[in-house]
Amino acid sequence: MIPEIGHFSLIVATGLSFLLAIYPLIGAKINHAGMMNSAKPLAIVQFMFMMISFSILAYSFATDDFSIAYVASNSNSLLPIQYKISAVWGGHEGSLLLWALTLGGWTAAVAVFSRGIPVDALARVLAVMGMIAIGFNLFILLTSNPFDRTLPFLPLDGNDLNPLLQDVGLIFHPPMLYMGYVGFSVAFAFAIAALMTGRLDSTWARWSRPWTLVAWVFLTGGIVLGSWWAYYELGWGGWWFWDPVENSSFMPWLAGTALIHSLAVSEKRGVFKSWTVLLSISAFSLSLLGTFLVRSGVLVSVHAFASDPSRGLFILAFLVTVVGGSLLLYAFKGASIKSRGKYGLFSRESMLLVNNVLLIAALLVVLIGTLLPLVHKELGLGSISIGVPFFNNIFFYMVIPFAIALGVAPLMRWKNQDIKPLVSQLTIAAIASIAIGILMPAIFADKIKWVAVTGFTLGVWVIVTSCMEVYMRATHRHTLLKGLTKLGRSHWAMVLGHIGLAMVLIGISATQNYKIEKDLRMVPGDEVVFADYLFKLDGIADADGANYEGYEAVFTISKNGKFETEMRAEKRNYFVQRSMMTEAAIDWGVTRDLYIALGEQLEDNSWAVRIYYEPFIRFIWWGGLVMSIGGLFAVSDRRYRFVNKKIAAK
Amino acid sequence: MKKIILLLSVLVSFSIAAAIDVYKFDNEEQEALFKTLTAELRCPKCQNNNLADSNASIAKDMRQKTYNMVIEGKNEDQIVDYWVDRFGNFVIYKPPVTLATSILWVAPGLFVVLGFVIIVRNSRRKLRTRDEDEDEDELTGADKDRLAKILKDSEK
Amino acid sequence: MTENKTGKQLLTRLIPFVIFIGVSVFLYIGLFKDASVLESTFIGRPVPEFALNDLVDPSLAHDKSVLKGKPMLLNVWATWCPTCYAEHKYLNQLAAEGVYIAGMNYKDDRVKALNWLAELDNPYKISLFDPDGMLGLDLGVYGAPETFFIDSQGIIQYKHVGDINTRNWNGKLKAVYEQLK
Repeated sequence: MIPEIGHFSLIVATGLSFLLAIYPLIGAKINHAGMMNSAKPLAIVQFMFMMISFSILAYSFATDDFSIAYVASNSNSLLPIQYKISAVWGGHEGSLLLWALTLGGWTAAVAVFSRGIPVDALARVLAVMGMIAIGFNLFILLTSNPFDRTLPFLPLDGNDLNPLLQDVGLIFHPPMLYMGYVGFSVAFAFAIAALMTGRLDSTWARWSRPWTLVAWVFLTGGIVLGSWWAYYELGWGGWWFWDPVENSSFMPWLAGTALIHSLAVSEKRGVFKSWTVLLSISAFSLSLLGTFLVRSGVLVSVHAFASDPSRGLFILAFLVTVVGGSLLLYAFKGASIKSRGKYGLFSRESMLLVNNVLLIAALLVVLIGTLLPLVHKELGLGSISIGVPFFNNIFFYMVIPFAIALGVAPLMRWKNQDIKPLVSQLTIAAIASIAIGILMPAIFADKIKWVAVTGFTLGVWVIVTSCMEVYMRATHRHTLLKGLTKLGRSHWAMVLGHIGLAMVLIGISATQNYKIEKDLRMVPGDEVVFADYLFKLDGIADADGANYEGYEAVFTISKNGKFETEMRAEKRNYFVQRSMMTEAAIDWGVTRDLYIALGEQLEDNSWAVRIYYEPFIRFIWWGGLVMSIGGLFAVSDRRYRFVNKKIAAK
Repeated sequence: MKKIILLLSVLVSFSIAAAIDVYKFDNEEQEALFKTLTAELRCPKCQNNNLADSNASIAKDMRQKTYNMVIEGKNEDQIVDYWVDRFGNFVIYKPPVTLATSILWVAPGLFVVLGFVIIVRNSRRKLRTRDEDEDEDELTGADKDRLAKILKDSEK
Repeated sequence: MTENKTGKQLLTRLIPFVIFIGVSVFLYIGLFKDASVLESTFIGRPVPEFALNDLVDPSLAHDKSVLKGKPMLLNVWATWCPTCYAEHKYLNQLAAEGVYIAGMNYKDDRVKALNWLAELDNPYKISLFDPDGMLGLDLGVYGAPETFFIDSQGIIQYKHVGDINTRNWNGKLKAVYEQLK
């Protein structure tokens, strides 16, 4: 009975999304206040019904209702409760419901937190979001209903959640990613609404920006979390594989990063408007493309959901309608968007354009790299694979101009910058960066690799120029300490965002070039030495759990004779799903991770063991975290500046 | 049909037991070469895994054969060619450089060049037409009224 | 003058749309293809050199000359492969109809394989035994069942991945076989 209520709530929400898509839009067209004002309550009620639907699905998982097919295939009575709840989005149908719920949430949020937006603009924005909701809700109802029953059969127990997903990563990673993907629909809706009216003043950018920033923060966090989860869960010490599903998250991120920078310029300087509109459309389009790639079976990936062509067809039709429609609208109505304002060749505007050009070029690399194998094969040219060696190589070359420009840009003034005083400052920064870049491997490692030095130099360059800029800004009119307190939050946002990226660059350079990996055959008592660490296998014993049986290997690690830590690596056999899992032992640190994965027992009763030394790998995720915090700073500044801007109207 | 999909989703699952084979090498260069190869060679049967991370029996065979070739003294190109001869370009994660795949490098490259040209051209044009633009900066009457109304609304 | 400019600008702004539609066409086509099937590099190439023993009589050695002389199928199979089990009955039928089928037992146990053939009948005129999969590797075999279509010169003309059944035999494979010279 209760699942049917969940199903029914979803139907009601879909009906409401139809109303939301049509009614306020007509109201905006004929300037009927009542119709336009209906958008806000419609959005809120739609969200409430989505909440009911989702809560009921979660309740069904929590109470082991195996009469629902989706619960039966993704859960089990022995599953710990937190995984029963996160199993709601562990499979295709439930994750789509989460997507739709997230969309309902963002729509309601835009409806509620939009003081100052004229009612006709708001009506259009919410109507567009309603249209998107129609697509997703119909997709769920028609092809991927999580409430389908298994009756007349009633399974005694469920299939269990895939053991890889029985982890805290599943609790946070998909919801954060979806908050990001769906959040870009807000910028999208604002862009479409603006194109519809042909009016795009800089206030549009001001409204769009905070929503986009929040979405970007979530997406950054979601990607970082996914990378970290893969690292500790999968047992191969890797954190990014350029897999199509990973790329599907990275592409909207690249577009989103370009977008938040472009929005800042459109808001402050009134330029780039047409380009910003195109980016707003692109970021969300890439989210939708990702949804298609992941669920259609068109590309091969370990992360892909089980697929079938009818689902793929629906998503593709939806994709063509939304993206094709918006790009057509952009083509025909884009002319009405005029940017006023001028800037010189050496100006912050130009540098931000450089930022956008390079980010979109990177996006093209990922997009073409992901789709080319498909196109190549369909053209009859044969199967090819495009993976880690290709992407790593190209990104290495692309990051060089990007990081250099990133260091220069904050030092540039808006509109026009006299380049001469900057040259000496930049030269000092460059020399310092190169020196430190070479010093770092000289101190921490035993060999100087020039690829690594390049990466370190670029990272240090960004940090040095950021510090220089902060110092110059702070001391412009005050003493250093007083000046620092006067710097606005959006300024700190920029600093944190850039330093976060520098940390990521340093982490990647260190780990890609100086990682040590050893596959060994060990019996209890064996020792191995590398990277100044002594790894001793003390013993291997049985270690069983609630839904698995396994082995645990205990290692003692010492450095230069002194005890460092003890590490325990496990191998588990989950009986319900019948899969073998490895629980790697990780001793994490600021300057290095030690990582041990236990393999199989070999014929001579020794064990296969893999040991990694990963220098500075934490910098990658901490850097991502710092970037996200920067984004949060930027959002929190907006309200403050919103008030001031009103007074200093152009 | 649904049952097949359910079954498929279980089978498609991740049998991630760390595929750790232990091989002995004559020197560090050989070990490094083996690691490079097993990372850039693709398992022909898997859901996008390289040879190093795959448990499939074909991957095990390929690793064994690759190891044999490394010990024999073959270099990276020879070993990659050996596998491409049998499984095609699918089996190496580096795409071949052909007219068709050149778009991978040409498209972003062209985009960057085009982008820079537009940046330079826009900045020059804007500086040159300074006088024309100054007229545009004036708000029209209707816009001025809207602005006044917005300011008034927000002060409430 | 302005109209030309507007027209050109419109065309420029249509580029993203055009590219997107182009990509969508490929995505659409991709929906109806099996992404995991790998095409063979051996089409038009001769069977490589090999030295394998017979499955039934271990002392009997075979080389590539046994896969030559007449048009034939080379079926790669194993007892651990459930699809091979499903395919086997149809292979018996084809053999009875006169199709010359050679078998290659791939990465399997000899005793199990012989028992299987005894139980389910043997459609293979010749049975190769490839216990470590080395001929398989040399032929680009990545799983079972796979079937190679070889002509009388010993040249591989086609490779089919997956089981052979009524549908695909009558749909495509029979014509391929009949075209072998």
